[in-house]
Amino acid sequence: MSIVSSVAPRSGRTTELILLLGAVGIVGLAYVNLGLATTGTLPPGLAAVGVGYLAVSLAFHVVLRWKAKYADPLILPIVTLLNGLGLVMIHRVDIARGREIADGVALRQLMWSALAVAIATAVLFALRDHRLLRRYTWIAGVAGFALLLLPLMPIIGNSEYGSRIWIRVGPLSFQPGEVAKLLLAVFFAGYLVQTRDALSVAGRKILGLTLPRARDLGPILIAWLASLSVLVFERDLGSSLLFFGLFVAMLYIATERVSWIAIGLALFVAGAYLAYLTFGHVQTRVLLWLDTFSPEALHTSDQLAKGLMGMAAGGMIGTGIGRGRPDLTYLAESDFIVPSFGEELGMIGLFAILALYALLVERGLRTSLGTRDGFGKLLAAGLSFSLALQCFVVVGGVTRVIPLTGLTMPFLSAGGSSLLANWTLVALLLRISDHARRPVPDAQQASAVGEAHTQVVRLS
Amino acid sequence: MNAPVRRLSLLVGFLFAALLVSTTLIQYVFAADLNARPDNRRTLLATYARERGDILVGQTPVATSVPTQDEFKFLRTYEKGPLYSHVTGFYSFYGAVGGLEQAEDALLSGASDKLFYRRVSDLFTGRRAQGATIETTLDAAVQKAASDGLGDRRGAAVAIDPRTGAILAMVSHPDFDPNRLAGHDLATVDKNYQALTKDPSRPLVNRAIGGDLYPPGSVFKVVTAAAALSDGSYTPDSELPGGAQLDLPLTDTPLPNHDNQPCSPSGTVTLKQALVVSCNPAFGELGMKLGADALREQAAKFGFGDSPSIPMRVTPSSVPAELNAPQLAQSAIGQYDVRVTPIQMAMVAAGIANQGVVMSPYLVQSVIGSDLSVIEATQPAQLSEAVTPEVAAQLTDMMVAVVENGTGRQARIDGVQVAGKTGTAEHGSGTKAHAWFISFAPAKDPKIAVAVIVEDAAAAGSETGGGAVAAPIARSMMQARLTR
Repeated sequence: MSIVSSVAPRSGRTTELILLLGAVGIVGLAYVNLGLATTGTLPPGLAAVGVGYLAVSLAFHVVLRWKAKYADPLILPIVTLLNGLGLVMIHRVDIARGREIADGVALRQLMWSALAVAIATAVLFALRDHRLLRRYTWIAGVAGFALLLLPLMPIIGNSEYGSRIWIRVGPLSFQPGEVAKLLLAVFFAGYLVQTRDALSVAGRKILGLTLPRARDLGPILIAWLASLSVLVFERDLGSSLLFFGLFVAMLYIATERVSWIAIGLALFVAGAYLAYLTFGHVQTRVLLWLDTFSPEALHTSDQLAKGLMGMAAGGMIGTGIGRGRPDLTYLAESDFIVPSFGEELGMIGLFAILALYALLVERGLRTSLGTRDGFGKLLAAGLSFSLALQCFVVVGGVTRVIPLTGLTMPFLSAGGSSLLANWTLVALLLRISDHARRPVPDAQQASAVGEAHTQVVRLS
Repeated sequence: MNAPVRRLSLLVGFLFAALLVSTTLIQYVFAADLNARPDNRRTLLATYARERGDILVGQTPVATSVPTQDEFKFLRTYEKGPLYSHVTGFYSFYGAVGGLEQAEDALLSGASDKLFYRRVSDLFTGRRAQGATIETTLDAAVQKAASDGLGDRRGAAVAIDPRTGAILAMVSHPDFDPNRLAGHDLATVDKNYQALTKDPSRPLVNRAIGGDLYPPGSVFKVVTAAAALSDGSYTPDSELPGGAQLDLPLTDTPLPNHDNQPCSPSGTVTLKQALVVSCNPAFGELGMKLGADALREQAAKFGFGDSPSIPMRVTPSSVPAELNAPQLAQSAIGQYDVRVTPIQMAMVAAGIANQGVVMSPYLVQSVIGSDLSVIEATQPAQLSEAVTPEVAAQLTDMMVAVVENGTGRQARIDGVQVAGKTGTAEHGSGTKAHAWFISFAPAKDPKIAVAVIVEDAAAAGSETGGGAVAAPIARSMMQARLTR
């Protein structure tokens, strides 16, 4: 039974426009605030930057009106706000470090943002239906794993800050893991939709858990080994956790079996413990995590300690934008941009930012619930969960919930590859949500037809 | 597949909840602890960024915070740094160290509770927090005279206004330049600081109020004389043995006079004459007659054993607890284990000058808020009545004779009656003796009391050291005060 409405469902585009203007307004205010706090004057090129930022957001909005009319109206404003706040904070760190606009990180980030938006809109143009992606399941899988392991290649692989998660070709450096995240989500979604029946058939029941058959364990073991190799060879705990977590979560959604989560967690814990026993860099990370302020930990690295002190300096209400000293923290514009926000916007500001992420993830999961096809459902849930997991890994790392890793905060952190990947992720979510919220064509027609011929049939 | 997605949403909720909790822990629960960490550079920068109050001598700042372009915002600067180094101390990466910078740090930095209401109003008016200004009691001319007088020699000089206890000068040599420790280049500051701490002459020690105490030598005879006169059985004219040496019980070593000559041809001296020529046998005899308790009680009335804060802590001076007869005789002439600070001896002089009443010494005249209102003003306070006015007058009379006819002639000032006492304190064999001088002037209406010590300045066994080396410094300090 379906409820058929004669009223055309609201597209939400007007809501989106209003929210978008609000988001751009907040970013503009933050930028003005920064200028006033640091130099006492309005920031240079305020009008140009403001109008430019507004124009790019509105362009995206128009594309949505045109190409994805029923897309979720909250996603774009949230991402616009986060990206903008990230830009302001990166510019703020530039100022604190004495970098001019021309050689600052913020300008590069601004250009990357524009490029990322362009690519995201291009995705909306090119990909009329997300189900098309299902055709490329295996290509995405191979490409995803290849990208994931690419930094291990000699010559182009590049170690920075102890993690080998970069590739460098000439002057260009790229973090392939960010894009791999998308490709693997596509692969997992396609693969799991195909094999979910096989994976969810009853196996033996032990201690209340229905265990899968041995041959069905193959994929999870492969994913486990891949993520372990990322942890071990690339020294990247965050990515390892992210990929494996993504896979287990999607596996669980596809099969609806808790046993997969139990197996996944057990494998992860076993793998992590093994890595801890075997590898020095993992032990170091754990030491820094558990005993950040011990002399030996500070001797190894005080970056986490400095981040924590920055957040403490901000306290509940923060120092105000431009009034803190985020430049005293290493990587204040990338890995440690969350402590930078914590210092200048305080706990309250950080709560607001976390709420934005939570809301974004919630809209993604809602999209998943509303999507009618299994592939789209899995993909939307996987992408949303990967966002949530990445936030958790990054913020949890700088706030000592888990050991610190080298992941970027989506949309906030400086970094081109991260921006491109996450805007593309947003484009995919928008595309799926458009599909999810679009009124069913058949039903619409049926109702239109039905309405014309409706007769009240009284059963007596 | 919707049910697992819903459950996944719950998990996501838990993940974000964990982040909210961890953020709260860091930014609210443990924030104060993190901010208080000594290695927290932000806290350091914040304390530098606050404009620290001045330290004034008269109307002239001797320590002030100058705005800078670097990240520390303000540079602590010491005009005439070495001259006031032990008064101001210094403010550096190590924090506020020594002197008023340390003792009055809370007021200077603006963190004191006394500034609470001011801070609250600053919060609402958006005014940048500012520390209070400390106005000292120092007299620039006396301070300079003391420092010039000591010159390159090690030692200390203290001057007190006997009527109030206000410290007019406090100099300890060798001094140091606080500017070299207050810079913003950590490496340079550290190097300079290490050099000062390793210097064997220990320039960072304020010899005037602390560090290793000095044996007072003959200046302590004033205390012994005060005990004798207060006892009632002695007058300035009481006859005492004045031979070349005094036989001591329990030992074969007699107590010799400083020049091994008799104090008088007759072999006896009056108490007054004994002080004038600094007769060791007479005071040794006096000490043994009076007893250790009388001596110690008299010393305590002058402030021995106290540790006043001026506001820096003064090391207590001491007379040993257990004394047998020969030790008592030694102690009566300021030897054996009697140990004093120069400021304590200045207080002895000041107490006699002020008709027997010792005033509590103080260095801070007033504390002034950034809006020029007076937050605190020191009221002179009586510490003790060391001797009766009659005894004080007798002692003054005797000390005037010391300067006019005795060992303290170098302290004479034309047209002004000066009271004083010399001392030459031996400290271990084979080293030169410390030269001491305590005095006050004018004798009838004292405006300044002084104690000067110059280390290793006198030939051992000579009483000329105190008179020749220390007395001229005291004289120039008194002149600086009296001719203003």
